[in-house]
Amino acid sequence: MPPNELNKKTTNDGDDNIEDILEKTPPQRSEIINLLLSIQQRFGYLSSGALKKVARHFFISETDVWSVATFYNEFRFTPKGKNHIKVCLGTACHIKGGANIMKTWETKLKINEGDITPDRKFSLDRVGCVGCCSMAPVAVVNEKIEGKMSPVKVEGILLKIKLDEEKNSSSK
Amino acid sequence: MIEKEVNIAKEFENRWEEIRKLAVKEWLGIFAEGKASVIVGSATCGRSAGAMQILEVCRQEKEKLLVNVEVLEGGCLGHCYAEPMAIFHTPRFPPLLYGYLTDEKVRILLKKLYLEGDPVTEWCMGAMHNNPFVPTVYENPRFRFEDRRILARCGIIDPENIMHAIYLGCYRGFLNSLKMSPQEIIEEVKESGIRGLGGAGFPTWKKMKSCAEAGDDGEKFIICNADEGDPGAFMDRVILESDPHGVIEGMLIAARACSARHGFVYVRHEYPLAVKRIRKAIEDARKIGLLGNSILGTEMHFDIEVKEGAGAFVCGESTALIASIEGKRGMPRVRPPRSVNYGFEGKPTLLQNVKTLMGLGLILRNSGKWYSSLGTEKSKGTAVFALAGKIKKTGLVEIRMGTKIRDIIEIFGGGISVKQKTSDVIQDISQLKQKNFKAVQIGGPSGGWIPENLLDTPIDFDSLQRSGAIMGSGGMVVIDEDNCIVQATRFFLEFTQKESCGKCNFCRIGTWHMLRILEKITTGKATMDDLNLLEELAIDVKKGSLCNLGKTAPNPVLSSIRHFRSEYETHITDKRCPSLECRDLISYQISLKKCVRSCEACVGSCPVEAIFTRKDGLKEIDQTKCIKCGACFDACPSHYDAVIKISPPIFQDKTNK
Repeated sequence: MPPNELNKKTTNDGDDNIEDILEKTPPQRSEIINLLLSIQQRFGYLSSGALKKVARHFFISETDVWSVATFYNEFRFTPKGKNHIKVCLGTACHIKGGANIMKTWETKLKINEGDITPDRKFSLDRVGCVGCCSMAPVAVVNEKIEGKMSPVKVEGILLKIKLDEEKNSSSK
Repeated sequence: MIEKEVNIAKEFENRWEEIRKLAVKEWLGIFAEGKASVIVGSATCGRSAGAMQILEVCRQEKEKLLVNVEVLEGGCLGHCYAEPMAIFHTPRFPPLLYGYLTDEKVRILLKKLYLEGDPVTEWCMGAMHNNPFVPTVYENPRFRFEDRRILARCGIIDPENIMHAIYLGCYRGFLNSLKMSPQEIIEEVKESGIRGLGGAGFPTWKKMKSCAEAGDDGEKFIICNADEGDPGAFMDRVILESDPHGVIEGMLIAARACSARHGFVYVRHEYPLAVKRIRKAIEDARKIGLLGNSILGTEMHFDIEVKEGAGAFVCGESTALIASIEGKRGMPRVRPPRSVNYGFEGKPTLLQNVKTLMGLGLILRNSGKWYSSLGTEKSKGTAVFALAGKIKKTGLVEIRMGTKIRDIIEIFGGGISVKQKTSDVIQDISQLKQKNFKAVQIGGPSGGWIPENLLDTPIDFDSLQRSGAIMGSGGMVVIDEDNCIVQATRFFLEFTQKESCGKCNFCRIGTWHMLRILEKITTGKATMDDLNLLEELAIDVKKGSLCNLGKTAPNPVLSSIRHFRSEYETHITDKRCPSLECRDLISYQISLKKCVRSCEACVGSCPVEAIFTRKDGLKEIDQTKCIKCGACFDACPSHYDAVIKISPPIFQDKTNK
């Protein structure tokens, strides 16, 4: 999905500083996905400025880059929140009530799947399958996999994030 | 000429012997009798159960106790239900396997095992080999009946140490293949009868042969397909994380047979640990001269590159995968020409699944005959399945072809799991109500449902096809009476609909309409005409799609209508969900007869504060606030069981006081 008006506002400045990554990449078409992945690794998303530079690097049109980037589920075009939450809705998680976990996150954070809270603290996404089917239902909170989720555990995780934040701010 | 070949053969044998000596030294340095070491199963599934914490505790505790214990990160044994697990090698006992570990348990274990010499048998799952002291793991039916060939090294070695793999026979098959001509290798593979374990079941030797014969300018590619997009399957991840060298060996053999010089491992970006471990393995193999130019001093050149996929299910299709590696949208193209003739950058390309490549290593190490000693007439060897869903012992199992589905669920999976509520204080789970089996889904979103009466179907490519399912990538998801078949089918279709690349109209628009109909059924808005239309569309989508994603997408729908038609009809005519799962067709109520006044469990559990206490002390759910998350259902202790689900949804009946 190309960025709509709302997403444009949430784009950060300076998220197209990718010259050093581009330098390391030979301008071969087959490198494009690895390149986009490493850009996303740095900024958490792909900004339209960065995609423009990628297009120039490979001598292809901007539309071409967009067509590749939007094809794959991994790429996102809005920045991530400070805490990024991915809820697994693969087969096993679905059977064990993954949809309920998603619903609980949505009501607790007051945002929908794929959105970011206005204070940019939390963003919520769904993922296909993280391969931990035997721990279902699973959520990935800040790249840490939380197995055997329940609506109560959602509250627990949120509380923990809040407490950690307070601890950090008070120690500073 | 012959003399030169003999010299080369001698040289690589010598070089190999040197490497092998190093490996023996390395292995005995850690695992020889009298040595102490701990291998913690730390593949992704182990990590999500807390393996990293266990590792940390082990390292701290060994400093504290002043015992000389080697702490290693291992792979996965496949027994995910018992994670975190660890194998303890002690001077006095055979290697002992412990599961369900916690920090405290590990502290006690280290002390008891290494200082006091007590094997704590009550926590032990068993010893890894026969001995006079401790019962072995083979008393456990899962271990006893499994035929671990492909997964043989998984879990017992440190996957990031190439020497461990070499000690246990990895690369031996490749060494043998160096002494054979490509034709001989293909003959051996033909004798083994191995078929593509990625799901399609195409004879591997045929593919290798056409790739070996194709093209004339010599440039050929080997691709290892580890793009496990199928939700519910995780064996490729486990293999890459636990035994990456086995995969490299398989690719080397395939390269030797087809005289290819470049290889790719296409692995999902969602598996960061697998990416890391295969990268490390490739680097290590390069260092000791098993990859790169002039391998072990011979004239063979081969190198492997890791390509990360970015999450697209359709990239499991060979032509789409190749397009993705080329940096294009991963859309399949019309075949022929097949990828063995016209693959990566138009060159002949051999594409094999992770498990098939592991199989190649085994065949060349032992023999084709050995490989075909297990299995049925047309499907040889073993198959790896990922058990998930409502089953007691989830995880990976490797079974011989021809095993009955019922045996997999009952012997390997331990039967249907009982629902244990988080609030339950009952220790003895046999007191809880046993749920009934409903269906098993084999082959992921492209597979089909298998109901109870077809459970005696043997697992092999052709029998599964006949029963309406497919081997697929080997995901096996079990559902019980609490799961709604329409809801589960809708889930699979939603997945394929989202993942459809959009090339063929029937797949793009047809699946969308099918999904809308299923949504109408699960929300109680459908009519019987919709059901007929659904069936009709399913057949059309099957016919009108180019690749296997579209061709198999209607499978779950067709097989569920075939076996569970009455359940669809109940949804449509009675507006009722017999399994009490469809959110729009149920409501949560608190039974006033069962509710005890003094308990507040449900009130605290509700994330939206919809439960309130009435004047008489009983609890009630405010239906306008309720989001039907089921938290109260889970929180109400089993011995009260006051929260009930009602379908079709009705508001509280005031008369049942």
